[in-house]
Amino acid sequence: MKILSPLAATLFALAVWQAIVSLTGLPKFILPGPALVAETWWQNRWLIAEHTWITAVEVVIGLACGTILGVITALQLANSRAARVLVQPMLVFTQALPVFALAPLLTLWLGYGLWSKVAMAVLIIYFPITSSFFDGLMRTPTGYLDLARTMQASPRAVLWHIRIPAALPSLASGLRLAAVYAPIGAVIGEWVGSSQGLGYLMLLANGRAKTDLMFAAMLTLGVFSVLLHLIIRRATARMAGETH
Amino acid sequence: MTPAPDLIVSGSATIDGTSLFAPLTLTLGAGQWTCLLGGSGVGKTTVLRLIAGLDTGATFAGDISASDGQPVTDRVAYMAQDDLLLPWATVAQNITLGARLRGEKPDLARRDRLIGRMRLQDHIGKKPSELSGGQRQRVALARTLMEDRPIVLLDEPFSALDARTRADMQDLAAEALQGRTVLLVTHDPAEAARLGQAIHVMTQHGLTPCQPPHAPAPRRVDDLETLETQGSLLRMLREEAA
Repeated sequence: MKILSPLAATLFALAVWQAIVSLTGLPKFILPGPALVAETWWQNRWLIAEHTWITAVEVVIGLACGTILGVITALQLANSRAARVLVQPMLVFTQALPVFALAPLLTLWLGYGLWSKVAMAVLIIYFPITSSFFDGLMRTPTGYLDLARTMQASPRAVLWHIRIPAALPSLASGLRLAAVYAPIGAVIGEWVGSSQGLGYLMLLANGRAKTDLMFAAMLTLGVFSVLLHLIIRRATARMAGETH
Repeated sequence: MTPAPDLIVSGSATIDGTSLFAPLTLTLGAGQWTCLLGGSGVGKTTVLRLIAGLDTGATFAGDISASDGQPVTDRVAYMAQDDLLLPWATVAQNITLGARLRGEKPDLARRDRLIGRMRLQDHIGKKPSELSGGQRQRVALARTLMEDRPIVLLDEPFSALDARTRADMQDLAAEALQGRTVLLVTHDPAEAARLGQAIHVMTQHGLTPCQPPHAPAPRRVDDLETLETQGSLLRMLREEAA
């Protein structure tokens, strides 16, 4: 059942897609059919693999850096009232800026290579990670804190033994969101300026009316994102307190 | 552990200028179980939390002191209705929580003795979610005893249990906490009648001391005088509410 239902959904989507192509008779540079896309994908598999690898590296480095930064920020915010007063409004403001608008700047500052894309991924996941972990840290059940108080625990010990473990399920949900967002960040970075990666390949294919290749790259990105999400979900199951 | 002292609470509490409880004086006898019986919202939990040094949201004007003149708040152990077991920690880790929070090495021999005494041998490595309500409260009691404090504050710790488990826990706690100064806050007249060596009914108007039954606590659940006390305590609660 667990495998059957996504499989059925995929087959259904492919059938609908093929039906639209057959019924409307749209030219293949507007809407290529699934069979053509599959063929193009196979013919270009090494090209696609090369660009997927680039995007994957950007995403994984971005996820790691964004998580570390987010966790540190959340701990600082939870620990110090001054940090909350100073940093929190700024954090919200940075979130109000569309990441798209920052992408050209990042490319200007960090160049066409890997790091401007990593920075985009970091920017896009930093807020969900920080805010979910911070919320978790601030929502420790008061009963635990009362108990710790009667045990003469230091604030440090309370943070380490109670508040952080109690906040891990929140951090896990932040990480799961981040796994979905990080590829978006990296691809936006690639669109704005790059010479490799799935985003670059999509733009290139689009520009040359190779819509089938564009679809192949896009579907690869989709599959990669779903896989990444599943991996992160698996990896955070214990953290989220899910028992199997 | 210092010998269990008398504890004297005297004063009144207000919340945002409204009186929570009128000036009262409550003396907890050294090494005795004192039951504070009352309905919801009369401030009995506030009294307990004041003794524990916890936030109450109320302003307390008065004094809380021990007969031996030493500070109170760092000599209390606290047990609430919610067992407050950390869901990510095992039974054994939960029992030694206090030592870990203070950065001390837990006394493992003592922990193992308590695990035996609370009949938790088969559950040492389990997480709280794998335990029944009664087992969880036994872990909480073991954690409370692990603290080895002369003053023990119990905030309706057995009220969420079924009748049989509750009676078992009452027996176990009464035996295990012997010799400590215990304050049991409860809304259950039966519990007060079984366990109290001193019983006070608390209302908005103050405290009314009541005569506990003569049998030594914990009293038999079918002891006639205990049942009679339970009845008269309930009558008092209802009259006060009327």
